[in-house]
Formats: sequence, structure tokens, C-alpha cells
Amino acid sequence: MIPETNTNFNPRLAARQRLGNIWQGVFLSSTIIALIFLIVLMLNIINSAFGLVVLENSIAPSELSEQPLESLDKAALVDILIDNISRNAGRKLERDQRFFADSLAFEGQDKWDEVCLRDEPPSGCSGAARSTSDVLVLVYERVVEQQVIETYPLWQSLTQGNEIRAQVAEEFPTATVEFWSWLDRNFITSPMSSDASLAGVRTAILGSLWVIVLTIIIAFPIGVGAAIYLQEYATDSVLSRIIQTNIDNLAGVPSILYGMLGLAIFARTLGYFTSGQFLGVGAENGRTIISAALTMSLLILPLIIINAQEALRAVPNSLRNAAYGVGATRWQMIWSHVLPYAMPGILTGTILAVSRAIGETAPLLVVGAATFLTSDPTGLFSKFTVMPIQIFNWTSRPQAEFRNIAAAAILVLLIILLTLNTTAVLLRNRFSSRR
Amino acid sequence: MSQISQKNTPGQDGLLPDLSGRSSVFERVIGIVLLLCGVISILTTISIVVVLVREAYLFFGAPEVTVREFFTGTTWQPAIGKFGIWPLVNATLLTSFAAMVVALPLGISAAIYLSEYASDRTRSIIKPILEVLAGVPTVVYGYFALTFMTPLLRTIFGKGNVDIFNTGSAGIVMGFMILPMISSISEDALRAVPDSLRSAAYGLGATKFETAVRVVVPAALSGIMAAFILGLSRAVGETMIVAVAAGAGPNNFDSWGEAFSAEGFNFFKAAETMTGHIARISQGDISYASLDYSSIFSIGLMLFVITLILNIISRSIVNRLREQYE
Repeated sequence: MIPETNTNFNPRLAARQRLGNIWQGVFLSSTIIALIFLIVLMLNIINSAFGLVVLENSIAPSELSEQPLESLDKAALVDILIDNISRNAGRKLERDQRFFADSLAFEGQDKWDEVCLRDEPPSGCSGAARSTSDVLVLVYERVVEQQVIETYPLWQSLTQGNEIRAQVAEEFPTATVEFWSWLDRNFITSPMSSDASLAGVRTAILGSLWVIVLTIIIAFPIGVGAAIYLQEYATDSVLSRIIQTNIDNLAGVPSILYGMLGLAIFARTLGYFTSGQFLGVGAENGRTIISAALTMSLLILPLIIINAQEALRAVPNSLRNAAYGVGATRWQMIWSHVLPYAMPGILTGTILAVSRAIGETAPLLVVGAATFLTSDPTGLFSKFTVMPIQIFNWTSRPQAEFRNIAAAAILVLLIILLTLNTTAVLLRNRFSSRR
Repeated sequence: MSQISQKNTPGQDGLLPDLSGRSSVFERVIGIVLLLCGVISILTTISIVVVLVREAYLFFGAPEVTVREFFTGTTWQPAIGKFGIWPLVNATLLTSFAAMVVALPLGISAAIYLSEYASDRTRSIIKPILEVLAGVPTVVYGYFALTFMTPLLRTIFGKGNVDIFNTGSAGIVMGFMILPMISSISEDALRAVPDSLRSAAYGLGATKFETAVRVVVPAALSGIMAAFILGLSRAVGETMIVAVAAGAGPNNFDSWGEAFSAEGFNFFKAAETMTGHIARISQGDISYASLDYSSIFSIGLMLFVITLILNIISRSIVNRLREQYE
């Protein structure tokens, strides 16, 4: 590039070029470090979500039956239960849900009739009988009592599988080694349990769903409305400038402070309403789904407004003038011309805001998410837990197997978020290619 | 515009559209409803301030608490009535400092690379990946800090030196969480520098590196500063990473001498930050009448003031930048 004669003109040029190249390497590697961090983060989670586990049973399934337990019919499984658990425990199970529709396994007929005649008969009196698979689960839970003694991460399981098996065979002769995916169908469909190998995220997923859907219902109309006001109605008045500055400021408020707001206003001051007591139903205090959703709405409102404003700003003025030109009022112009045009942009922004809300933990922790909840949410006034809270809860426990299910729950959460974000990006791309 | 609608009258010849639906009352109601939507955001701010100030006022009104002790005490131990906020502030400083040490150099370097060196194609690949980093829920970062970064630090520096919960690990991971934000804002600032400046530098014989570092970066410095301050504000307010990985319990000091010794600034020790303390205390069924309850609002008020100041400074810097080039 540089003519021969110029090298004498600037003898340091080569050194300067070299320095430039070195720094270019530094800049590039900083970028790569960030990417590596993301990869390590993902690998670390996958590493914990799968792997070998060492299991020990109180009673080996082979001692209970010569055939595999899965192949037994219900009567045989109930017989195993009768042989191995106390009569009282059996009665309690039967009162919760009976084993056979036409006969009783643990309780005498007379006693059963008496119990069922009480003012509040147990659920077993009226409900359907347990299915064979339910009974099988009971046999595993109550009789086999499988316990996780040790877990190994995926990488170690793959590279040192044989050593692990050999070592386990020596230390725990009765134990078995299995390869587990902590993330499986059972994990998605089971409720919370204090036993990591049985615990699942159903309650948390349903809780997240309730909170998010309500949040959207509350925040979307208000957010879009505020954006329309600021973009289409507001003149440069003091009020609209205050609103604008205020929204920008709100977006920078730490999320935990929204949680404190929710705790003090929605859960405490408005507790009579948010607990559902004004309807005579619901929880004993205001730490319910509706409080969580209201808090979350306030949190994502600034994001929705800012994104919607941007989408509205992108609508060409010619469209507005054309609508006015054919005699539309301001609202007709907005409703039938500006909003449809801006909607993909508004939706993209809303999805991004919602995916922020799905991963948000701190405010809900403060508002009062229940950390141990086994029953599914039933309505606005139920106690709640959500995915990130569940992850936090499991991560904070000292036992290794809870780290494994935390990793599995993180995978579920990340898959949900990835799906949402991909939708947003696709929506944005389709939108921009149509222009 | 409303004059236009009032001049229109329904036509008698049937050629003009039926305008009976165009009630001006309806139009006005819509306008008011939309205004109310905007006002909700103001109410939110007012409520946050009112809630924090009211509960903090109750807290400072309690006989166990004095404002002086709150700001000058070195022990936070509600059980024995000691409410000096320094241990919590100290932990927040440690985690935020560690985060900025990681995020600032990496973030600005990445921004310079993306803005000055990378081809459009490379940028279109790397930027979305960095956005993924920004979209990961913070509790996941907390998990990562506890299960990866802490064991890594313990392997490097020795198990005896590094606690299982420590501010360093939380801070480093927090740095990576903030990195995308810093690099994205800085990159915007760098790209806003007019090309004429670069051409002028090349014309004077500067190399690409010299142009980037001596001409473009100084021109974009205010934007980079804004990114730094906004990142700091995020770090101070971040909760879940520190709640999981930094420790549960304030790192109390006996005296200011101890607080400012090496012990007070040890990144390998467990310490609870302001946000971590709020998160821990408010878990479970906290009694609304307790001093614990009102104490977290005093911390919250402090947090609000700090982040508000940081955000205002950052935005005034950005606004000045905008005036410069537009």
C-alpha cells in the first residue's frame, strides 16, 4: 500500500501498524470472551440437567414381585401396598382416593360407611378410584422408596462413566446407577415436592402462565393507550413532558423497588381486595396472583410504552393526513389507520417486555411468592409461585440433586423465552420486509 | 383537527358518508381515557416515593433507630437493634465494583470492535448473540455464579481463601450481565460520530487503531460515560445474582477502622448487599408491624435515590450528546 519512498518519511509506521493489529486482536477477543461466556453458561446448565445418578431403594422391586412392577395389574400392586405400609397410612390414602370402585382395600365396610356419613366426608367417598399408574407411583413412593444418593454432571458421566460405576459398586453394593435426564415429561407434569427426584414444575409453570396472562391483559391496553396519548394527542405541554420524563425514569428503577411497591400497596393496603376476601373466597392475605400481576404490570408498563411509542413514531405522517383528508376524526384515524400499521411493532415490543416479565424474580419474591407450593393455582386469589422463584428456591438448597432440577427448570424457562424472542424477531422481520 | 370534524354535517343528498357516529363527546372521552393511561405512570412514581418515604419515616421514628446511627453505624443486626447501613452498602460497592471491572473494559472493547472493525455481516451475527446474553433471566446468572464461578474461583485461589458465598463471584457474573448493555450503548455512541472525523484522521495519516482510539472514542466519550453510569445503576439495583451467590447475612464490622481495612474490601468473603437483604427479609410471611418490615423500606429509599441520581446524570449526558451531532 505505502509507496517505497514513504518508509523513510515515517520510520515508526511499521510499529504503529503492529500496535494497531495487536489492539484489534484485543478488541476482537473481548467480543469473543462475551460469546464464550454465553456458551459456558449454557453448557454449565446442560451439564447439570443430565447425568448419572446413584439410586438406592429401601426394598428392591425384585423382592416385591418376580415380574417387573410395571407389568402388574392393580390388584397385585395394591397387595404389595397392603403388605408393606402400615394400615393407618393405607386408610389415609384410601380416604383421599379409594383404590377400587367396588371394594375396599384397607378400611372395613362399616367404618367406611360411618366415615362417609360425616358432615364433611373425605374425598375418597365420592371421587373415582385410583388408576393403575397412580397405584404404581404409590408403590414407588411408599414401598420402594427410591433415594438419590449421589448425582454426577453430564460431562463426568460421559467421560468417566465406567469409573463411576465401578466406584459405586464398591461403596454402595445395593445401589444402582442410572443415566437420568432431569428434564423429562414427569418433571413438567409433577407438582412441587420435597423430594428432588419427584419434584416438578407444573405448579410454577401454571403460576407463571396466570401471572403473565393477567399482566398482559392489564399492561397492554394501558401501555398502548399511554403511548397513543404521548405520540398522537399530547402537545408539548408541561404535563406531557412530565409524563415522558417520568416514563424514562421508571424504566431505570430497580425491579426490586416495584416489588416493595406491590408489597406495600397491592398485598398490604389493598389486601382486602387482592386476597379475595371481599368476595368471601381466596387466600388469608394479599400475596396472591392478582397482586403479582398488578406489580408486574407496573414493571413492564414503561417498556411497553417506550416500544409502542417507537412503533407509532415510525408510522408515516402521510397516512395520518390521508385519513384526515377523507374526513376521519382523530380517533378514527388512529383506530383504523395508525394502529393497524403500527401493530406489528407494538406486538414485538410487548413480547420483549413480556419475556422480561417471565424471567423477573426479585419483585415477586418481595410481593410474597410462596416458596413451597404443591397445589395448582385456581384463580386470581390463589397463592402463587412462578418459574424463576422455583429456580431460586431450588438453587438456594444445599443438596446437589436440587441443583440438578434447578438446571432442568432453567432449561424449561430458557426454551420458553427463546420461543418468545424468536417470535418477536420473526414478527419484526416480516414487518420490515413488508415495507 | 377537531374543528374539521365540527364543520362536517350529515349530507342530505346521500352522497356524503353518514357521520352520525362521529360524536365529539366520544372523541373527548377517548382523549381523556388515553391521558389517564399516561397519568398511571406518574402515579406509579408517586406511589413508589410515598411508600418508601412513609415506611422509612416510620422506621426512623422507632425508638431503636436513629438517623445518625443509620448512616454512621457499622453493624446491621436488627435482632439486637443495630441499624447501621454501611455493611450493606459496602457489599453493594464490592459487587458493583467487580461488575464494572469486568463489564467496562470488555464492553467498550466489544463496542469498538463492532463499530470500527467488524463487517456488517459479522455485526449482524454478534449483536443478536449479545442480546441473548442481555435476555437471560438474572436468577439464571445467580445459578451460574454459584455453580460455576464460585467453584472456579475456589480452584484458582484455594478453598480456604474463598467462601462458598462471595461478592467477587456474584460481581464477575453481574459484569457479564451488564456487558451487553454497556457495549450496545457505547456502540451507538461510537457510530454516531460523523464519518468526516474518521476521514480527517485518515487524511492526517493515522492508522485505523489511532483513528478509533484517539479520534472516535474521545468524540463518543460522553455516550460511553452514560453507558458506564447506566451500567453502574443496573449493578447497584441487581438483586437475584447477589441473593443467590453473594451471601445471606450482612458482613458486620466492629468499627470503621475494621470496615476500611483489607478485611472490609475482601471480594472472597460472604456479604449481603442492600438488594440481597431486602429480598431475604421480605421472603415468607413477614409481619407488617415489625421493624424488619419498615427497615427494608429505608434501604429501598436509599437504593431509589442512588439509582435515580445515576439515571438522571446518565440521561443528561446522553441528551448533551444528542445536541452535539443532530
